[in-house]
Amino acid sequence: MSANNENVNVQLRVNGVDYPVTIGHGRNLVSVLRTEIGLTGTKEGCDDCECGACMVLLDGQPVNSCSYLAAQAEGRSITTVEGVMDGADLHPLQQNLLDAGGVQCGFCTPGMIISATALLARTPAPSEEEIRIGLSGNLCRCTGYTKIIEAVARTAAETAVPTSTLGR
Amino acid sequence: MTFTIATSVDDALAAMAGGARPVAGGSDLVVGARHGKAPLPDSLVAIDRLSELATIGHVDGRLRIGALATHAQLMEDPRVIASATGLADACALVGSPSTRNVGTIGGNVMNSSPAMDTGAPLLVLGADVELRSSTATRTLPIAELWTGPGRTVATADELCTAIVLPAARPRSGSAYVRLEYRRAMEIAVVGAGASVGLDEDGTIASISVALSAVAPTIIAVTGLDALVGRAIDDAVLVSLAEAAAAQATPISDLRATDGYRRHCVGVMARRAVEAAWRRALGENIAVPVNRALGIGAAR
Repeated sequence: MSANNENVNVQLRVNGVDYPVTIGHGRNLVSVLRTEIGLTGTKEGCDDCECGACMVLLDGQPVNSCSYLAAQAEGRSITTVEGVMDGADLHPLQQNLLDAGGVQCGFCTPGMIISATALLARTPAPSEEEIRIGLSGNLCRCTGYTKIIEAVARTAAETAVPTSTLGR
Repeated sequence: MTFTIATSVDDALAAMAGGARPVAGGSDLVVGARHGKAPLPDSLVAIDRLSELATIGHVDGRLRIGALATHAQLMEDPRVIASATGLADACALVGSPSTRNVGTIGGNVMNSSPAMDTGAPLLVLGADVELRSSTATRTLPIAELWTGPGRTVATADELCTAIVLPAARPRSGSAYVRLEYRRAMEIAVVGAGASVGLDEDGTIASISVALSAVAPTIIAVTGLDALVGRAIDDAVLVSLAEAAAAQATPISDLRATDGYRRHCVGVMARRAVEAAWRRALGENIAVPVNRALGIGAAR
């Protein structure tokens, strides 16, 4: 797998900050975010594009960063869960997840937040069915989903999501 | 051992002539490499920024779909929903929102999975595939593209640049349904696409059915021409379901036994034809049929 060690210099724009990195061209985005850039909010779960723990926004669209080549993300805008917060304040969705009991072990939570944020940006007043479809690429083995869906619905009801935090 | 980001189709074709393999969304290529199915190619050319390959539009009365059109784009495109509804059904069932955002029609078709969702509707709609290399462009019927799981007739230097659909005939409809155990991140246990055209008196003017996940490639059900001129009734639906089951050559694996697949693909064929028929009659069945009619996994 020497090809995967062939280094390329790329600049990745993550949460509005440019990070120059030298990486093997076969590196996936989640590993570069976590180990080169040090943003460990994004999780690696299944490494198979199934579980959604690695979800990030690429130009505002949710993408599984485990199956996306980091080098391919050059010039695009990447948003991780760290970029969803408003300064030191939790995003309303984060607060609602806590309040509704939508966080147990927490491993799926960053991916859930990314998918839900994208959903609310596109569909500010989603039906329960739309929330379920929006989160259908994110697995949670703790909560049974009900409280997560409740948190998203509560966020939608409370406020329009500030799209300025989406890294568009 | 190179990685380049192509800025034009000619760029990409030149890189491929030099041995590079194309990557668009990476959802097959990168996942496959990480799981040891096939190592990541030594030389890659990223084609995802070639906006000229991402357009959908009518050209000479035919619907031309750029190879980089994503499943997310296709499932909501009004032109696709209007004249290739079965393709929209299929795209809406693929993966999850995130996989539909990166997964492209060109990648799906060229990956040549026997269980792909877009293949059956493209086959019944009579799609052509456009393949380009640095020296030539050719167009072939999609039925001639697939030669086996993961294999096509395309040479290593050929890039799929577009899928072209013939104009839909009047009073026609199409649909794709699949048997599934869950509603997202699922692969068809079996699936069926159908296209039905009606004469003014409501009898069958044209009918085609194709099957997913029951053979080494997507297959068309043969012998259905005998149904032309007949009214669609239970006898017709039973006979085409039997034809679909008889022509399937499924395998047993962790998702289903061969016998279960053979039975269910007949059921799916019948349901796909029923949905296509209702659409041909002008009924608006929302995309995807699986959700609108409650086929497949319940919540």
